[in-house]
Amino acid sequence: MLRIPCPYCGVRDETEFRYRGDATEARPPGGAGLGAFTAYVYERRNPRGWHVEWWLHVAGCRRLLKVVRHTDSHEIRWVGAPQDPPPLPGDAAP
Amino acid sequence: MNAVPQSKPQPPRTTRASSGRYSFWRLLREGFNRQRGWSQAWAKAAPRSGYRVVIVGGGGHGLATAYYLATEYGIHDVAVLEKGPIGLGNVGRNTTIIRSNYFLPDNIRFYEYSLKLWEGLERRLNFNAMVSQRGTLNLFHTEAQRDLFTRRANQMRLLGVDNEAVSRERVRELVPLVDLDNGRYPVLGGFLQPRGGTVRHDAVAWGYARGASEAGVDIVEHCEVSGIRRDGTRVTGVETNRGLIAAETVCLAVAGHSSQLAALAGLTLPIESHVLQAFVTEGIKPVLDVVVTYGAGHFYVSQSDKGGLVCGGAVDGYNTYGQRGTLPMTEEVAASAVTLLPGLARLKVLRQWGGVMDMSMDGSPIISATPLAGLVINGGWCYGGFKAIPAGGMTTAHLIARGRAHPLAAHLDLARFADGRTRDERGAGPFPYLH
Repeated sequence: MLRIPCPYCGVRDETEFRYRGDATEARPPGGAGLGAFTAYVYERRNPRGWHVEWWLHVAGCRRLLKVVRHTDSHEIRWVGAPQDPPPLPGDAAP
Repeated sequence: MNAVPQSKPQPPRTTRASSGRYSFWRLLREGFNRQRGWSQAWAKAAPRSGYRVVIVGGGGHGLATAYYLATEYGIHDVAVLEKGPIGLGNVGRNTTIIRSNYFLPDNIRFYEYSLKLWEGLERRLNFNAMVSQRGTLNLFHTEAQRDLFTRRANQMRLLGVDNEAVSRERVRELVPLVDLDNGRYPVLGGFLQPRGGTVRHDAVAWGYARGASEAGVDIVEHCEVSGIRRDGTRVTGVETNRGLIAAETVCLAVAGHSSQLAALAGLTLPIESHVLQAFVTEGIKPVLDVVVTYGAGHFYVSQSDKGGLVCGGAVDGYNTYGQRGTLPMTEEVAASAVTLLPGLARLKVLRQWGGVMDMSMDGSPIISATPLAGLVINGGWCYGGFKAIPAGGMTTAHLIARGRAHPLAAHLDLARFADGRTRDERGAGPFPYLH
C-alpha cells in the first residue's frame, strides 16, 4: 500500500487516488509535427528509478497532484501542485 | 531493417552431447539403469565472440525465437543471453492460460496461430509441457456485456475460431462452485472456447531451451547485457558482463524491461512497466476443470494439477519494476474470487508473486524492426505474453531471417503508433494501466 502525502488532505492510502501517468510529457506546440506528437502521446521513458507522475485524489480533494516516486522501492520523495517544478530532474536519483 | 545476406557461409554448427529422445521406453530403460543415462536437457554454453543473431532474454519468447530460427529458418548461429537462470523470469510468473478469444481480426488470427502451435508443441519438442485444453469460460453479468461478448464470439466464428455461447445451466454444470445468483453481479451466461486451457509454464521454457540447444543454439545463462554497440545506425553487437559479443542482428525479447534495453540503443518505446500479481491457494481435491474469468471485474482462475487454485487480476496500476505487488490488488483479487466462487473463502493463499510487464500504449504487443538496422524488438506483451510464446517466437524468427514481418504479425510493428493503426483491443486509449 502506497501512502501518499496529499498537500491538502494529509497522508492517505493509494486507494483514494487514481494514477494518471508520466507528468514530464509536455504537449508540443501545434506545428511541431507528427514525430513530436507521436512521442507526446505514445512514447514514455519508463525509467527504473525516480519518476515524476500524476495522481488524481479522486476520493479526497479531487485535485491533481504531481508526485516524485521511485519505481523500484516505491518511496515517495515529493508531492506538489501541477504547476510546481519537482526538485528532482527527470529520473535522476538524488 | 536490412536482410542478412544469404550467401555468407555460416560457421559450423556446434556439436554437443544430446539429451536424447524422451519416451516411455527410455523411462523404463533408465529405471533399470538406476537413472544414470540422463544428461542435461540443454548445454550451459559459454559465449563466443560473435554470432549471426544474438537474442537478449532467455524467456519464453527469446527461447522460442531461437528454436524456430534454428529449426524453421535454418539459422543455427544464434545465442540466447539470459541475465539469470532460464525459467525464473516472466515465463515462470504467469497464470499459464492459453486461448485465442480476442476481438480484433488481426489479434484473433495471431493468437489462433499460437493456439494451433501449442496443440502440436509437445510432439514437436518431444517434451511434456502438459498442454491441457480444458476450455476457457468467460462469464457475463449484464445484458450489455452479453451483447459485447456475442459480437466477439461472432467475429471469432467468422474467422473459423471455436467459441460457443453457454447458458446459466451449462455454467452451473461446468463450474459447480459458481454463485450464479450473486445479488449484485448475477451470472447470466458465458462464452466457452473449448480449445483454450493451460500449459505448464516451466516446461515451456525447458522444452524450447532443450530444442534450441540441440539445434545448435548457444544458451548463455548469467550473461547480462549492459550496452548495445552501434556503427552509425547499424547495430553491431552487445556489451555484456561476459565480454563483447558481436552480432549481425540483435533481438530484444525482454518484456518487462524492454524500455531499459531499448534505451541502451537510444530508443524510446510506447511502453510502461507495470506489475501483475498472481496467487496460488493450498492444494485441494479437483473442483474446477476449466479456466473461468469473471466478467464483473478482472479476475481469472484455474486449478493446477497439484490442486492449487491459480488466480490473477489486473495490474497494480502504476509504473513499477518491483516484482512483488501491493495489497490493494491482492484484496481485489480475493474479493472477486469469493464473489464468484464463495466456496473458496476458507482457502489459504499459499504463494503470491509479481511479474513486471511491458504494458504497451494500445494493449497489443510489438514485434518489429526498429529505426536501427539489425535491431529487432519482441515486447509490449501486456497480459498476453505467455499464450503467445509459440507464435511470437515463430513470427520474430521470420522477421529476423527474412528481413520482413511475418504476415500474421505485420500489424504489430512500431510504426503503427505514428501511422494511426493502433490495435486497441479494449478501446481504452493510450493509457497502459487501463488495458
